[in-house]
Amino acid sequence: MSIHDATDLGHNPARRRALSCLAAWTGAAIVWTVTGGVPRALGATRTGIPPSVPKNALSFVQISDTHIGFRKEANPDVAGSLRHAIAEINALPQVPAFVVHTGDVSHLSKPEEFGKARELLQEFRVDRVHTIPGEHDTIDEGVNGYLKFFDHDSNGKSWYSFEQGGVHFIALNNVINFKAGTMASLGDEQIGWMKNDLASVTDSTPIVVLAHIPLWTIWEPWGWGTADSAEAVALLRRFGSVTVLNGHIHQVLQKVEGNIALHTAMSLAYPLPTPGQPGIGEPGPVTVPGTELGKLLGTRQISVVRGKQELALIDTPLEG
Amino acid sequence: MRHFVSQGTYQSLRSYAMPALLLCTAFAIPAILAAAAPPGPTLSIDIEKFAYAPKEITIAPGTKIVWTNHDETPHTVTSNDKSFASKGIDTDDRFEHTFAIEGDFGYICTLHPFMTGVVHVRKQ
Repeated sequence: MSIHDATDLGHNPARRRALSCLAAWTGAAIVWTVTGGVPRALGATRTGIPPSVPKNALSFVQISDTHIGFRKEANPDVAGSLRHAIAEINALPQVPAFVVHTGDVSHLSKPEEFGKARELLQEFRVDRVHTIPGEHDTIDEGVNGYLKFFDHDSNGKSWYSFEQGGVHFIALNNVINFKAGTMASLGDEQIGWMKNDLASVTDSTPIVVLAHIPLWTIWEPWGWGTADSAEAVALLRRFGSVTVLNGHIHQVLQKVEGNIALHTAMSLAYPLPTPGQPGIGEPGPVTVPGTELGKLLGTRQISVVRGKQELALIDTPLEG
Repeated sequence: MRHFVSQGTYQSLRSYAMPALLLCTAFAIPAILAAAAPPGPTLSIDIEKFAYAPKEITIAPGTKIVWTNHDETPHTVTSNDKSFASKGIDTDDRFEHTFAIEGDFGYICTLHPFMTGVVHVRKQ
């Protein structure tokens, strides 16, 4: 894991130094605070006890890219990796309000994979598990196969919003509208829905957006971006605190644009290469020694304190 | 080159066969086709390192193409005009399609739309 596209991370030398430190913490849990949209790294959990979640905070957990059904060399037991994560999250001293899964629940969008995933996710001891689809969830039947198992809002669209703990959450589907030679997109219908959804939300309400593929262009040759993300981000600019949580690229990267902080998460299945990595020309699963795999898979805990713009993000590998 | 296999075979025939045989063949083949259409040739396209190889291919009508995925990642073969579409092709799995009519058929992998290929179907 490393941080890319330093030019996108602003011109603040202190921020660049902090991000350089993060690159050196590969595989460690990283504790974040986000103040006024600017992330600040507090430390690595591997070097000490992570700061505890404030008692009045809304706390939730992000998992991503479980790829249930994958059984190749890079991880022959993805169900075991998910169970490992579930056990750790169930053991947290403060029970999270809910879990969000930012897509690629399944590997091949097979009904048996969705069924197995749903069965496993029910082992979380939380009130609810929110999911959004990844492109692996929409291979055979478009989004319809996914919706048979994970239709959260019964709108048949796979995008929805909800309020919890004073935060407005928006769950998006950016794995539709695939066209030759372009990146996937949200599409006009979904952006129109998003505009209407946000119309009644006040500027001071913290916003958390969930989308599988990053809402900023990380590496276009691999499709690591959303073609019409600029339109979605424009709708978010008026808000004081916006956090975008993505999956898809199986590694932690982040970018800040004004009050909008965008973060990608580790996978619970297998690592992917970083763009530009010598000798790697395509985004296929990376096989690492078994002892290293757990350091490259992980979960994220997020807490939001009411009345503050600060979100604390703690990235935790399965094995530190 | 794999996509010229069928043309190469025809050229070999032309090189070594006697003119009389060619004359016979010229009359015989339409008769056989009229009686019972024999299966057309089969060509292969490999999917490897997130690319179709060959990326572009020219075939005669009736040719079957078999795509085989050699990556650890699933891919699809999905035509732009929706005339053919595979499901997810997992590692070492295959998808085949026979092209009956002339035309240019562009296709992509819906998981990785930067992967593109095209099949040109031309009478030869």
